[in-house]
Amino acid sequence: MSSRFKDQEHLIRMGVLLLAGIIVFFVLRGVMVPRDFGEYGHYRGGALEDNRARPAVYAGRKACEECHEEVVAARKGGRHAAVGCEACHGPLAKHASDPAAAKPGRPDAKTICLVCHLENVARPAKFPQVNPLDHGEGKACSDCHKPHQPKIS
Amino acid sequence: METALPGVQGFLYPNEIELQWSVLIVLYPFITGLVAGAFILASLERVFNVQAVKPTYRLALLTALAFLLVAPLPLQLHLGHPERSLEMYLTPHTSSAMAMFGFIYLWYLMAVLLLEIWLDYRKEIVLRAQSTPGMLGWIYKLMTLGSYNISPQSLEIDDKVGKFITVVGIPSAFLLHGYVGFIFGSIKANPWWSTPMMPIVFLFSAIVSGIAAVLLVYMLISFIQGRKTDMACLDTTARYLLYAFLIDFGLEMLDLIHRIYEADESFKTLDFMVHTQLYTSQVLLQIIFGTIVPIGLLALVQLISLSEAARKGIYVISGLLTLVGIFAMRWNVVIGGQLFSKSFLGYTTYKMEFATREGLLPTIILMLLPFAILWALVKLLPPWQDEAGHSHSS
Ligand code: HEC
Ligand code: HEC
Ligand code: HEC
Ligand code: HEC
Repeated sequence: MSSRFKDQEHLIRMGVLLLAGIIVFFVLRGVMVPRDFGEYGHYRGGALEDNRARPAVYAGRKACEECHEEVVAARKGGRHAAVGCEACHGPLAKHASDPAAAKPGRPDAKTICLVCHLENVARPAKFPQVNPLDHGEGKACSDCHKPHQPKIS
Repeated sequence: METALPGVQGFLYPNEIELQWSVLIVLYPFITGLVAGAFILASLERVFNVQAVKPTYRLALLTALAFLLVAPLPLQLHLGHPERSLEMYLTPHTSSAMAMFGFIYLWYLMAVLLLEIWLDYRKEIVLRAQSTPGMLGWIYKLMTLGSYNISPQSLEIDDKVGKFITVVGIPSAFLLHGYVGFIFGSIKANPWWSTPMMPIVFLFSAIVSGIAAVLLVYMLISFIQGRKTDMACLDTTARYLLYAFLIDFGLEMLDLIHRIYEADESFKTLDFMVHTQLYTSQVLLQIIFGTIVPIGLLALVQLISLSEAARKGIYVISGLLTLVGIFAMRWNVVIGGQLFSKSFLGYTTYKMEFATREGLLPTIILMLLPFAILWALVKLLPPWQDEAGHSHSS
C-alpha cells in the first residue's frame, strides 16, 4: 500500500471485503437460481416438463363407466350422479388400465362423506350438509345411505 | 349452537378459516421496528451531535445489531423448509415487495450497521487486538482486518466516513421499516391493511419502540453493571420518546378518524371486530395502556419536577408499557387483518399454539435471543470507554 493511502488503508481493506461479499452474493445467486428460471414467467421453465413427465393417476369418469355399468345404473337419477367416481374412490388410473393387476379397495364410508358434507359456513347454504355430532348416531354413513344413491326414500 | 367448526362465526371463504400468518409474523415487524428505531435514535444523536444522549449512542447501535441478527429468524421459522428458506437472502428480486427482503436486509446489515459499528469501534478493536490474549484476541485481530493504523488522521477519516454512513443509514432505516409497513399497506384486498399510511405509521411506531427499548436496555445494563445512570441522558431520551410518541399517536388517530369518517363498505365489519375480538389488544393494550398512559406519564415528567427515583420509575413503567403497546399494534395489524372474512360477513379466531414451530414458545425464545446476543456484544465491544480493566483504551 503506498504511503499516500496509509490512513485509508483499513477502509480499502473493508471495501475489498465488501466487494468480495457482493461477488459471493452474486455467485451464490447465480448457482441457486436455476438456469431456465424466468423462461416463460416467474418460475422455472423446466417445471413444465417435469410435470408433464409425471404419470397420470386419474383415469376419468368415462373410463370407469365403460366397465362398471352396474354402478352407472345405480347412480342414475340420484344427486351423486354428477360426482366423479374418483372423487370418492381416489386416483385409479392403474386399475382402469389393468383391472386384474390393481384391485382397488373401497372408500371408508365413515370419513369420505364428510369431506364434502361436513357442515361449514363456507359452503353454499343450499348444499346438503350435516353435523356428525347430531346426525347419523355415530354410525358409518353407508349404514343408512347408499353411496351411489344417497337419498333415503 | 354447537357447530362443527368452533371459533368461526358467519360466512367465511374456506381459505380464511385458518390464519396463515401466526404470532411469528407479529414478531417480525416488532423486531425490525426495534432495529430501525434504535438505529434512528443513534443516528439522530450523531448527526445532530446531541451531547446529552452520548452514553446511549453505541448501545443503540449494538441493540440494533442484536435485533437485526434475529429479525429474519421468525420468517425462516414461519417458512419452514430449512433447506431452502435461506434462499430468501440469496434470490431476492424486484417483482414483489416481499421478495425484496434479501436486498433490503443485506444492505442494511452489511453496508450500514456493521460498517458504522466497525468504524466507531475501530480504535478499541485495534487496542484490544494488541493486548488481548487467546481466542478473544484472535477475534479482535480478525476485526482489525490486519490494519493497526489508529493515527489521529486515520481516526478522523473514520469519523467522516462514519458520519456519511450515518446519513445514508437514516433513509436506509426508514426504508427497512417503511418496507415492512409497505408489505401490509399495499395489500389491496385487505381493507384493514390497505392504506398508504401504513409505512409511515409503522415507521413512527418503530422509532417509538426503538427509543423505549434503548432506554430500558441502558437502565438495565447500568443496573447490572452497577454503573450510575446518566440522568441527563435518560431525561433527554425520554423526551425524544415523548415527541416520537406524539407524532406516532397523531398519525394513528388520523388513520382511525379517517376510517371512521369515511366509513366505507368494510367499516362495520372492522368496527365490530375492534369492539369484540380485538378489544383487549387494540383498545386496552394498544391505545389505552400502550399509548395514552405512557404519553401521560412522560408528559407528567415534563410538566412537574419529580425526584430522580420517581423519574426513573416512570421511565421504566412507560418504557415497558410502550413496548407492550407497540407489540399489541403489530398484533392487531397482523392477526386482526386475518380475523375477518373478505366477504365482510364472518369472523374466525386465532388460536395460538405453544410448543410448535410457530407457537408461543419459539416466539418467547426469539424474543430473548437478541438480549443474549446483546450481552455478548456488550462484552465484546463495551459501549462505554471507562470499562474497568481496560484502562489502555482511554
Ligand atoms: C377395463 C375395465 C375397468 C375399468 C376401466 C375400471 N374398472 Fe373397476 N373393476 C373392473 C373389474 C373387472 C373389477 C373386478 C376386479 C376383481 O374383482 O378382481 C373391478 C373392481 C373395481 C372395484 C372393487 C369392487 C369391489 O367389489 O370391491 C372398484 C371400487 C372399482 N373397480 C372402481 C373403479 C373405478 C372408480 C374406475 C374408474 C377409475 C374403474 N373401476 C375402472 C374393471 C374396470
Ligand atoms: C359419493 C362417493 C362415491 C362416488 C361418487 C362413487 N362411489 Fe363407488 N363406492 C363408494 C363407496 C363409499 C363404496 C363402498 C360401499 C360399501 O363399502 O359398501 C363404493 C363402492 C363401489 C364399488 C364396489 C361395488 C359396489 O357397487 O358397491 C364399485 C365397483 C364402485 N363403487 C364403482 C364406482 C364407479 C364406477 C363410480 C363412478 C361411476 C363410483 N363408484 C362413484 C363411493 C362412491
Ligand atoms: C366429492 C364430494 C362428495 C362426497 C365425497 C359425497 N357427496 Fe354426497 N353429495 C355431493 C353432491 C355434489 C351432492 C348433490 C348436491 C346438489 O345436488 O346440490 C350430494 C348430495 C348428497 C345427499 C343428498 C341426496 C338427496 O337426494 O337429497 C346425500 C344424502 C349425500 N350426498 C350423502 C352422501 C354420503 C352418505 C356420502 C358418503 C358415502 C357422500 N354423500 C359423499 C357430493 C359428495
Ligand atoms: C341412522 C341413519 C343415518 C346415518 C348413519 C346417516 N344418515 Fe344422513 N340422513 C339420514 C336420514 C333419515 C336423512 C333424511 C332423508 C334424506 O334426506 O334422504 C339423512 C339426510 C342426510 C343428508 C341430506 C341433508 C339435507 O339437508 O338434505 C346428508 C348430506 C346426509 N344425510 C349425510 C350423511 C353423512 C355424511 C353421514 C355419515 C356421517 C350420514 N348422513 C349418516 C339418516 C342417516
